[in-house]
Amino acid sequence: MSQKPDSNRKSGRRSPLAIILLVAIGLITTGAAYAMASSATASAEVDLSSPEVIDEGAKLFAANCATCHGLQAQGTENGPSLIGVGAASVDFQVGTGRMPMQANSPQAPVKPVQFTDAQVQALAAYVASLGPGPSIPSASMLTGGDVAHGGELFRINCAMCHNVAGAGGALTEGKYAPTLDNSAAVHVYEAMLSGPQNMPVFNDLNLTPTEKKDIIAYLEYQKANPSPGGLELGSLGPVSEGLFLWIFGVGAIIGLTIWITAKSN
Amino acid sequence: MTVTATPPSGGVTGKVSNYLDERTSISGAVKEFGRKIFPDHWSFLLGEVALYSFVIILLSGSFLTFFYQASMATVEYEGSYIPLKGVEMSVAMASTLDISFDLRGGLLLRQIHHWAALLFIAAIGLHMLRIFFTGAFRKPRELNWSIGFVLFLLAMAEGFTGYSLPDDLLSGNGLRIIDGMILGLPVVGTWISFLLFGGEFPGSDIVGRLYTLHILLLPLILLALIVLHLMFVIIHKHTQYPGPGRTENNVVGYPVLPVYAAKAGGFFFLVFGVVVLIAATVTINPIWSYGPYDPSPVSAGTQPDWYIGFADGALRLMPPGLETYWFGYTWSWNIIIPVLVLLVFLALVFAYPFIEAWVTGDKREHHLLDRPRNAPVRTAIGAAGVMFYAVLWAGAASDIIATHFRVTMEGVINTLQILLILGPIFAFMITKRVCLGLQKKDREIALHGFETGRIVRLPGGEFTEVHQQLNDYDRWQLVSFNDNAPIMVRPNERGKITGSMRRRAAWSRFFFEDRIAPVTRTEHKEALEHANH
Repeated sequence: MSQKPDSNRKSGRRSPLAIILLVAIGLITTGAAYAMASSATASAEVDLSSPEVIDEGAKLFAANCATCHGLQAQGTENGPSLIGVGAASVDFQVGTGRMPMQANSPQAPVKPVQFTDAQVQALAAYVASLGPGPSIPSASMLTGGDVAHGGELFRINCAMCHNVAGAGGALTEGKYAPTLDNSAAVHVYEAMLSGPQNMPVFNDLNLTPTEKKDIIAYLEYQKANPSPGGLELGSLGPVSEGLFLWIFGVGAIIGLTIWITAKSN
Repeated sequence: MTVTATPPSGGVTGKVSNYLDERTSISGAVKEFGRKIFPDHWSFLLGEVALYSFVIILLSGSFLTFFYQASMATVEYEGSYIPLKGVEMSVAMASTLDISFDLRGGLLLRQIHHWAALLFIAAIGLHMLRIFFTGAFRKPRELNWSIGFVLFLLAMAEGFTGYSLPDDLLSGNGLRIIDGMILGLPVVGTWISFLLFGGEFPGSDIVGRLYTLHILLLPLILLALIVLHLMFVIIHKHTQYPGPGRTENNVVGYPVLPVYAAKAGGFFFLVFGVVVLIAATVTINPIWSYGPYDPSPVSAGTQPDWYIGFADGALRLMPPGLETYWFGYTWSWNIIIPVLVLLVFLALVFAYPFIEAWVTGDKREHHLLDRPRNAPVRTAIGAAGVMFYAVLWAGAASDIIATHFRVTMEGVINTLQILLILGPIFAFMITKRVCLGLQKKDREIALHGFETGRIVRLPGGEFTEVHQQLNDYDRWQLVSFNDNAPIMVRPNERGKITGSMRRRAAWSRFFFEDRIAPVTRTEHKEALEHANH
């Protein structure tokens, strides 16, 4: 952590309390900054029903999305109708940079987000105004789940595509389930609600809001707690373990055999 | 051996040795074994690495047996790993988690055990390749090749049974694949599956059965065969690379005592150190994130450990949809064919020394190794085999290749399917040509020496580069190798040419038709005279 003060020099010039104070200040500022950052992505601070916001969204939509989705979001040959997909879908697709899509490919990849948060909200507000659909989950829907139950649900519902450790996996024809290592909680929730790209919808009858919360708690736990066994090798399982063994393990051993026999020659 | 009248000097060591010797006559064996000479080359240590990994596996495995419980009874996990608290799982899984999280040093020992297992089989594989490419399997060592091959199979069986013991999701998926393969065998498959699992998969017996195999039966056979394998090494003497002063009747190197005993002892700790270093820093088989086995979830990216990968790859590369309904049974060719292909491949590996001995008709003993280039067709066959194995191996990682190189899974599979057929053929042709090219280069250098880079202008105005002759020691390595010519078909004593003789002659042509003969003494003399003009 960069905000940690130099505590290894105990010269006595500073009171030991100063160090504690500095650490406390550092933790509070970063904690606050983190809380602000995460709440900015997690909750809608903009009023999605206000006409101005919807109006701004409509303009952004016409400029950036209408080519494929149609001027009224009714859909064209190149893109589906967005009437009734709801704010959650827009926040997921645009908020992770998947939309607007750069090129036609089997699947829209994650890329740097093209809009500010406010613009994403405005787009979401506009699309939400076209027809009823799932809305962006509030921050309280994302925290406080049961980690163990979430793990079980994840293995049963998600692991066959996303891999049991959330490392992602291949689908047919160049499609894939992405890794969940860097996914924000709100986006995971929205993905379950809206079923983006090749993912099925997990509606509230399929996985109740509490169960969704549990799954998110499990994923957040995995993110926050690195593997107790050491380097994770991408959590890809035996393939990366085998590669590591052959490259580094066998490499080191062969180096040693050469060293041990070279001495006498 | 002999009892001397005077008390031996040499302090405590001497006294202890004398005490032992007077009661066991062990000094004879020590003297014999201690004077055993071994040649020095890095590639001769690969088998030793396998042996040391096995020792590490035995040590760490014994520790694990004190705490592991091979039971499939279900319990609620109450250990300290939060994401699994309260989750129902088998006792086997719970005890493995306890070893990992609630036993001091348990996770490190688990990881040592598993990493050492991966290294064990990798070292066996490399050792086999060394034996193959240097022709060390020739008479009198064919039987030892067979023993080594069985050791390789046993090691894989050990690995697979061990992989299945924690009863986690990944290993359960692996077992399910094996079960599927067994079920796919016509007629007997269902019976074998029910026998093995004690009923419908997964049943409640399999972990206990695998445990018995893993810690009792397989290690015992393995250990017995390792002893036999090493006894043969002592009986046969170690092979050596050709070189000045090295003949079929001697071994040039250092004695076991004191040189190799010290070196090998030190090397054991180096290998142990590498394994512990890896185990202490890199996660292997994180069963805590796989969770307990449950037949319903199957994770994306489920693969076996690397050494079973070639079998998994064979299944993945098999084109789908091939099955027929004969005699009231479904014949699932998409399982039968890969299994047959694997069996044929393994049978060829096993039988290669005998095949080559039959083709060459060579009954001589060989203690001098071949340089791989001096046996072009054998080396090319080896390269083709490696290619075949490697493509199957890559097949097991097809999904990971697809996601990480951003290509389609179908593209990866189709490419590998084509490579599986064409790859070995190209590998064979290219390797054979490379070997012949290298032999030609060797011959050129042996005859004319190497280029010095010194350009001289002759009185007539001609430019020429001065070649320097090799010294006798270096030349020896380039000219001393076996020259196998194709067998001529000659009628036997009854004046007949049998079919088997024709077949043998055909194979002999395949092996030795294209060859570069070693430089003879006369050729060299002529070349020297020519150079002196």
